[in-house]
Amino acid sequence: MKQNLSTKLLRQPYIVWSVLFILAPLAMVCYYAFTDKSGAFSLNSISQIPSYLSVFGKSILYGAVATVICFFLSYPFAYALSKAKLSAQKTMVMLVMLPMWMNFLIRTYSWMTILGRSGLLNKFLSLFGVESIKFLGTPGAVILGMVYNFLPYMILPIYSVLSKLDNSLIEAAKDLGCNRLQVFKRVVFPLSLPGILSGVTMVFVPCVSTFYITQKLGNGQIMLIGDIIEMQFQQANNYNLGAALSLVLMVLILICIGVMNRFGSSEENGGALYI
Amino acid sequence: MKSKTSPLSKLYMALIFLFLYAPIAVIIVFSFNASTSTYIFTEFSTKWYVEFFNDSYAMRALRNTFVLAIVNCVISTVFGTVSSVGIFKMKNKWMKSAVMSVTNIPMMNPEIVTGISMMLLFVFVGTLLKMNDVLGFTTLLIAHVTFSLPYVILSVIPKLNQLDPHIYEAAVDLGCKPHRAFRKVILPEISSGIITGAIMSFTLSLDDFIISYFTSGPSFQTLPIYIFSMTKKRVKPDMFALSAIIFVTILVLLILVNVAESRAEKKELSRRGDAK
Amino acid sequence: MKKAMAILFSVLFAFSFASCAKSDETADVEYFSDEQKQYYASLGLQGTTVNVYNWGEYISDGSEGSMDVVAEFERLTGARVNYTNYESNENMYSKLSGGGVSYDVIVPSDYMIERLVSEGMLLELDFENIPNYKYIVDDAKGLYYDKDNKYSVCYNVGTTVLIYNTMLVREEPDSWDILWDEDYKDLVLMFNNSRDSFAIAQALLGQDFNTTNPDDWKEAAKLLAKQKEAVSPRYVMDEVFDLMESGEYALAAYYAGDYELMVENNPNLAFCFPKEGVNYFYDALCIPKCTQNKKGAEAFINFMQEPEVALANAEYIYYASPNSEVIANDDYSLKGSEAVYPSVKPNSQYFRNLDEKILGLQSELWVNIIQGREIK
Repeated sequence: MKQNLSTKLLRQPYIVWSVLFILAPLAMVCYYAFTDKSGAFSLNSISQIPSYLSVFGKSILYGAVATVICFFLSYPFAYALSKAKLSAQKTMVMLVMLPMWMNFLIRTYSWMTILGRSGLLNKFLSLFGVESIKFLGTPGAVILGMVYNFLPYMILPIYSVLSKLDNSLIEAAKDLGCNRLQVFKRVVFPLSLPGILSGVTMVFVPCVSTFYITQKLGNGQIMLIGDIIEMQFQQANNYNLGAALSLVLMVLILICIGVMNRFGSSEENGGALYI
Repeated sequence: MKSKTSPLSKLYMALIFLFLYAPIAVIIVFSFNASTSTYIFTEFSTKWYVEFFNDSYAMRALRNTFVLAIVNCVISTVFGTVSSVGIFKMKNKWMKSAVMSVTNIPMMNPEIVTGISMMLLFVFVGTLLKMNDVLGFTTLLIAHVTFSLPYVILSVIPKLNQLDPHIYEAAVDLGCKPHRAFRKVILPEISSGIITGAIMSFTLSLDDFIISYFTSGPSFQTLPIYIFSMTKKRVKPDMFALSAIIFVTILVLLILVNVAESRAEKKELSRRGDAK
Repeated sequence: MKKAMAILFSVLFAFSFASCAKSDETADVEYFSDEQKQYYASLGLQGTTVNVYNWGEYISDGSEGSMDVVAEFERLTGARVNYTNYESNENMYSKLSGGGVSYDVIVPSDYMIERLVSEGMLLELDFENIPNYKYIVDDAKGLYYDKDNKYSVCYNVGTTVLIYNTMLVREEPDSWDILWDEDYKDLVLMFNNSRDSFAIAQALLGQDFNTTNPDDWKEAAKLLAKQKEAVSPRYVMDEVFDLMESGEYALAAYYAGDYELMVENNPNLAFCFPKEGVNYFYDALCIPKCTQNKKGAEAFINFMQEPEVALANAEYIYYASPNSEVIANDDYSLKGSEAVYPSVKPNSQYFRNLDEKILGLQSELWVNIIQGREIK
């Protein structure tokens, strides 16, 4: 009974908080999505969604590609990090995050300086006689921007899980005749799944709804759903359509995470996220 | 623990760091540019550093930003950790998954939607409480804690899943009070998750523009709002100078802390060696 | 690790507080006469707060030896100014209409003033308290957004212009249609802002910028889509400075005052007012209904039109000032600038407030243009 009380105390405030500051604003989004300017019930905004379906698809695709790249860049890094000297580990964790303490806008400008037509990278390449390459305005540049901005959010949770991996399990696997690859496949990877799932969520979800990166690194020629929602609020003054679009976006993201979790939690430990 | 980093993985780590720090290097270089351009380097100059220290709005905004980020980091880390434990201990699977889904919402809402809906909520509550100027530091802080919490929770929960439940039970069986057992047994095990969560919440708060814009009032402007508002005209390189100053300060601090810690570690080791 | 974090945080704290130590410094230069000082001191604003909500980089802020206008106002009146910024009329409007905040002075553009007036969100000004209104030139009074001069005091005037790099553009353009010229593929910069971009296409088509006919908008959208196809323009806002100054792009549409800033860093740039017409805009100082210090707000608006202050702002912002004392001042660096103060008023149109339907259509069309979809 006492146990129960303390657990309640632990989670009750959070539930209250979520209802107040997550669900109440969400209810407001729903309200706007299903009403018109005058506040009367209307399906007008929702009915416009189909013409934006291709943008939704594109956004999810960009987000997915960025997430996959982030994962493949992060895992080896996090693994190496977890094997580094203990005192160095702490510093390096901070170093991974430190670039993100610089202003987002200024970082994006910096990428424009690097990737521009007469930018640093092209200047460097021209030393080797390579002709000017168009980086900005391509999907690659946008995805690079996403990977850059969200990479630490993949590295850190994976590292955090790997750093406390039970070494005796690995020893045991080795004793039982597993080679290094098998140890990784059968022991290390499954045990790090919770961290991976957290990382994937923290990268994929914000990637899909991002807006500024696409405009700046895409030369204003690439538009993802985040940009369009942004536009509804800031230029078209159409809160209703903006809310409807973000509601649909949310449902789509929830479905994606749900699929991912189903897939991820086939193993014993995949309990990090629930849908 | 012995270091097992191979040269190959060292090289790989260096490459990733190069990727992460290339834009930062560019920022630092261009903070010393004589012209207003952040694209073409003309001449070396330190004038933007002088400019920055004379820019009283930027200075105020900088202070506000750090105060907010620190307070947010403390609150959301503590609150997030406690909530994670609460969620983790939930017996009802359905309930648990519902709570986790709700947790994800602040992350997946486009910032502008979160920002505007929170603003409307605060204003609504404000009119109920007959407060004219409801938007200010408190509302800003609530918004920041709200969007930071999922990151803390998502960092801590995997560590809780990793936990061996028997340790805690053993500690309690051996006569530890539950909260003491939590502090002595569970907390050290999940500390790396808590720390990454704290770093993330600090970072997010430091860098947020849209949500801050809509939930802040006239008395409290943060640096990202200040910088974004420049985009109608032009972002001046004194903001690059500012970034360079922040970066170098923190880097130096990190190195100092690291040196101090590894020294202490060495001492500890040699003392142990002596004892043997 | 805990210790490390503690050290880090405490130093950050110290750092952030040290940073604000040097904010109340008064200027070494005295800009004002005793009379002016007396006037502002006698207003009884000591200890009150004025919340000013302005565009970013839209006031002389003390950098590079300029006047720190806000600090000077605080010094003269003894009031405290909370100075905050926005980056678009629409963001400012959302914040204002949402409520929960009280601002005393705002600086909306013409079409936004029209909207705020029509929604009853502005207060009538008491011009007794704004004696400097006498300095405002007649051209900036009685305009369509405030016909009876009740709600606003003009702050800045400007137009859009066509900017080109004489090293890359051989002929001297006189029309927006050069932005459709395939010879300049990948060398054209357009506004990343649907309204300003549409205005260019509308000018070429000879349309009213504020047309309420959906077919007109669709026609303009088709023209913009054609441009995207032909020259693949880069849609930019403030990046335009770097890209034109570096000589990487040949042609850009942007604001006249900003051309003057660019040409200081790249003398090869030139401008023209395309014959089809440009957009003429006004930004004006207003007091919203939510004000809690109307007297302070009026004093601030008046202060902004003190000849010394208006000059400092004009020198900082580079847009045209409506203040006759500034225009007549021989030391004013933009005196005689054809871009900012054209001797012959260019063919131009204003932006009016568009209704929701047209705004919705416009943004939908814009999405289709950028996505490269067919305009139906």
